[in-house]
Amino acid sequence: MNTLSFLLEKEFKQFFRDPFMPKMVIVFPVIIMLVIPLVANLDFKDINICIVDNDHSGYSRLLSDKISHSSYFVLKHTPQNYKEAKQLMDEQEVDIIIEIPYGFEKELIRNEIPQIPIVANAVNASKGASGASYLTQIITETTGEFAQNNGIADSPAELLSVHNLYNPTENYRHFMIPALMVMLIIIVCGALPALNIVKEKETGTIEQINATPVSKIMFTFGKLIPFWIMGMFILTIAIFIAKIVYGLSPAGSVWIVYANAFLFTLTISSLGLIISNYSNTMQQAMFIMFFFIMIFILMSGLLTPIESMPEFAQMITRFVPPRYFIEVMRSVYLKGSGIADVYPSFVWLGCFTIVLTAIAILSYRKRS
Amino acid sequence: MEAIKSENICKRFGTKVALNNVTFSVEKGCIFGIIGPDGAGKSTLLRTLSTLTTPDKGTAIVNGYDIKTEYKELRKHIGYMPEIFSLYQDLTVEENLEFYASIFNVSIQENYSVIEPVFCKLEPFRKRMAGKLSGGMKQKLALSCALIHQPDILFLDEPTRGVDPVSRKEFRDILTTIKARGITIVLSTSYMDEASMCDCIGFFNDGHFLQTGSPNEIISSFSKPIYSVRCLSKYKVLMASRQWEDTESCYINGDTIHIIFTQSIPDTYSFEKYILDTTNETIKISKTEPTIEDCFMTISNIQPQ
Repeated sequence: MNTLSFLLEKEFKQFFRDPFMPKMVIVFPVIIMLVIPLVANLDFKDINICIVDNDHSGYSRLLSDKISHSSYFVLKHTPQNYKEAKQLMDEQEVDIIIEIPYGFEKELIRNEIPQIPIVANAVNASKGASGASYLTQIITETTGEFAQNNGIADSPAELLSVHNLYNPTENYRHFMIPALMVMLIIIVCGALPALNIVKEKETGTIEQINATPVSKIMFTFGKLIPFWIMGMFILTIAIFIAKIVYGLSPAGSVWIVYANAFLFTLTISSLGLIISNYSNTMQQAMFIMFFFIMIFILMSGLLTPIESMPEFAQMITRFVPPRYFIEVMRSVYLKGSGIADVYPSFVWLGCFTIVLTAIAILSYRKRS
Repeated sequence: MEAIKSENICKRFGTKVALNNVTFSVEKGCIFGIIGPDGAGKSTLLRTLSTLTTPDKGTAIVNGYDIKTEYKELRKHIGYMPEIFSLYQDLTVEENLEFYASIFNVSIQENYSVIEPVFCKLEPFRKRMAGKLSGGMKQKLALSCALIHQPDILFLDEPTRGVDPVSRKEFRDILTTIKARGITIVLSTSYMDEASMCDCIGFFNDGHFLQTGSPNEIISSFSKPIYSVRCLSKYKVLMASRQWEDTESCYINGDTIHIIFTQSIPDTYSFEKYILDTTNETIKISKTEPTIEDCFMTISNIQPQ
């Protein structure tokens, strides 16, 4: 235990003496937490739309009004026909075309079921899809209102009613912020350990250590603990910023978040150390770590839901530790889950922690 | 008693044989010099003896411990100073020393007398970052850190490489004081003239010892007379000498050429004449005493250009 404290003392001295690293550990999470939630946003606003009004009726004017007043859409043009509208779309002027057919209002009053064609530019698939779905909502609403005003229906038609549980305002930020915290920890506590041992190899300092009686376990923990503390520190900064700037605090208890991060930081730092143990140069270590970070970010459900991945990919995600961390973070933050709800993820993460830490210890070889 | 006894140590890296049946022993309390050219396998041998690499075949008993099986215990009793400076450059002199003392579970105060002859020169720089020290100071710090736990055996890999002649002289004196404490020192060097500070030397080339013994033993075992040739154009004369039928070996030694002839009483007059005829050089030839370098050159049969 005594040896460990000397190893830790040395690591911390070196860390704080670095002119760059201590600042980075503060600046990095602050900037990421302040900027990324604002920019990484799938709530599409200002979708350019054009309306081809062939009906020129009260209904079509009401609909045009509603659309142009919606915060999602900007009514760019009102071309005479579909051909013109199509050309505008080809010129990237508009993202969505809505065409109100001739006689739409009459059909509506006669209680028939008329149809409105919506054409969305799907080059940016999610923008097109969400634009079309916002538009459907507006049309449904307008139609209901119109029907009521004209005495066709008694009350505003509640054709669709959506309740967003857990994230009531369907704020994409609230979905992203817990995931960003995970990403911060992956990058800081994954990349730094990956470079750490290999740096000692490059400068030759490891030679001198290897000839001493320091045990593998002590040495590995001497490397892991500083990153674990760093991870907790970064998480704390991120939690504070989420609360103060975005008003998002965990619906569940904070200790679950920390306990979870405790396991995850050890897991990811161990992986970094394993890579470091097997690499001979910093370039090698960095390149391999980038590979893992890429897989972790894209396959952990951080950006895209795991459920929508192909079957084989879903199997792979079972072996991607951040998957469990993200699951717990989101459910504690948004759903307020308790330990009983998330314990399977905890068990998985715990297994990864034990296995990876063990490999990190064993893969450090004092003799070649 | 023997501090080191190695038997048939073999180590290869891929197809390159680094150590080839190394068998030798080192007496306790002496300074043993492994002398050989770059790439001979000296560092690999030292790394093997200081438990940093495992031999493919054979083993060694160092300080009573088997390097293959008892390496953990052995590490407590050896000090190793690698060829390149391997201390933390971003820690101060004092912090480096404290770090290594604490790893070995000793206190600097208790063991200060061991490192005193080395560390006294570093005292004024206690608070300086190790990376900011001069080459000679770095070497002294590295030696202090390798000595702080009072090892029984000290392994020094090329300790005097890149060190100026004055510091090298100083270094010899330091080694003598360390030796006086009963610490066995094994060092490697490619400088032949350092053999004189060793009690025992071993010529090392191509992964094995060519000859071991005390410097005097080795020199006296050298039976053939050596002639030293002074001339203006050494290269021309060297080339011409090689063509001379009675030349056994010849090589440049400092500002002269050393020649060993096949006969014990060579005809130096006709040799002089031969050189004058072929190269137009007037040479001065005289008999000289063999040095360690002559012994090495002859035994390893190396003909440097």
